[in-house]
Amino acid sequence: MAQLACNHLTLGYENGAILRDLSFSVEQGDYLAIVGENGSGKTTLMKTVLGLMKPLKGEILFGDGLKKFEIGYLPQQSFIQRDFPASVWEVVLSGCLSMGKFRPFYGKKERERARKNIEKMRLTELTKRSYRELSGGQQQRVLLARALCATEKILLLDEPVSGLDPKVTAEMYEIIKTLNQEGITIIMISHDIRAALHYANKILHIGKENFFGSVEGYLATERGREYTAEIAEEGDYE
Amino acid sequence: MSEFFHRLNDYLQFPFVRYALIVGVLIALCSSLLGVTLVLKRFSFIGDGLSHVAFGAMAVAAVVGLTNQMMIVMPVTILCAILLLRTGSNARMKGDASVALVSVFALALGYLLMNIFPTSSNVSADVCGTLFGSTSVLTLTKVEVWVSVGLSLVTVSVFAIFYNRIFAVTFDESFAKATGVKTTLYNLIIAVIIAVVIVLAMNLVGSLLISALIIFPALSAMRVFKSFRSVTIASVLISMVTAFVGLILAIGLKQGLPVGPTIVMVQAGAFAVFFIAGMIKQGVKR
Repeated sequence: MAQLACNHLTLGYENGAILRDLSFSVEQGDYLAIVGENGSGKTTLMKTVLGLMKPLKGEILFGDGLKKFEIGYLPQQSFIQRDFPASVWEVVLSGCLSMGKFRPFYGKKERERARKNIEKMRLTELTKRSYRELSGGQQQRVLLARALCATEKILLLDEPVSGLDPKVTAEMYEIIKTLNQEGITIIMISHDIRAALHYANKILHIGKENFFGSVEGYLATERGREYTAEIAEEGDYE
Repeated sequence: MSEFFHRLNDYLQFPFVRYALIVGVLIALCSSLLGVTLVLKRFSFIGDGLSHVAFGAMAVAAVVGLTNQMMIVMPVTILCAILLLRTGSNARMKGDASVALVSVFALALGYLLMNIFPTSSNVSADVCGTLFGSTSVLTLTKVEVWVSVGLSLVTVSVFAIFYNRIFAVTFDESFAKATGVKTTLYNLIIAVIIAVVIVLAMNLVGSLLISALIIFPALSAMRVFKSFRSVTIASVLISMVTAFVGLILAIGLKQGLPVGPTIVMVQAGAFAVFFIAGMIKQGVKR
């Protein structure tokens, strides 16, 4: 059974559907890249998968031991409050909130988990620093550590490298790749088709015509061939 | 100077002055708790809007002839707080627009009612008193003091219990919701706390100046401190100290200064100090 399956989703708002009849699924350990033009409904899809909004039609099924609120989520930078006074420690720890159901305060287990993920993202020396004073790449790593506190199974990344410089972008992709190799399912929304083709094993293209399948399958489509041609012109990803 | 302390000493003999100090500091404590959350959620003016609602409700209560005005003021204010904070999340009307709308409506309604059905011979003095706090904090009865103490305790405990959730909901509501935090519930709790605080604070500084009590301490603390916890603690301390100093000045100075504006002036002074301290701190780092 798939870890996450979306069947015949129609998405949108009261005044009209943005996406129709969308189906895809991910197995544990998959790396799915969701690509498509601006306004094609990538963010709407993400909100639906996260349970922030309801699909107009269709269903989302969780399987393989994944529960509804066990999706870790990395929001786009612009959605986060810029001048929020919060230390790295406080931000990461807030990811553990769903663990301790009704307890008002964090226990040893939550703190240990936060510490572990801070270490994993190589943030240990920044623990006490203020989130708003960090560089873009460091902030993304903090948010990733927070997401890892919320889940050990599946991560949903919304444009994880937007606004980062090339060097930090490459680092970020490597971190995500490592997490994926450790068995965490990755769903990544991206503008960066080249990186998507390079790192992912499945592609979901949304737009006028939806495509879902393996990277090889995507490259065989007309749109896929266009991109390969572009990439061939500009050189390979690495 | 010695005259000042002499007079202060005289006044402190009166129980109502001591009540005013206790209640004033407690109100300051409560009102600063949610300052950070409100400032960051872009709701700095919700205090203002809600206090105008409370003003309107108070006028209605007076016209109806209720002896215990809290009975009507509190529920109405809580209801409006819930409605106003809700519009923030589903944006049919932008948060600040609806706050402005509700607040001017309630203010106008309140003043109108007070003029049509005057409860005393001097309507403008009544209105001025309600708007700027005047001396109402000095005329509290014992029961009102206990009610204030009780509500303050409830507010502080609710804030402490939900502290981590309030942080999560303020910092990144979508993430919190996606990981199963009941954001609607916590937004509701925030709204109710604010409403309670506003109604309490009206006694101290009056309707028009409540925003100062809510945002000055938070903004001051945010100049210097960097983590949510230190900002929260600092703003509580700033708020309590400035309220205390403001009350002492208002009581002790010869002319008998109005309490609300005096406290706000002290808070503005504290803000200036923290603003400069923040700049120095930044400068040292660079």
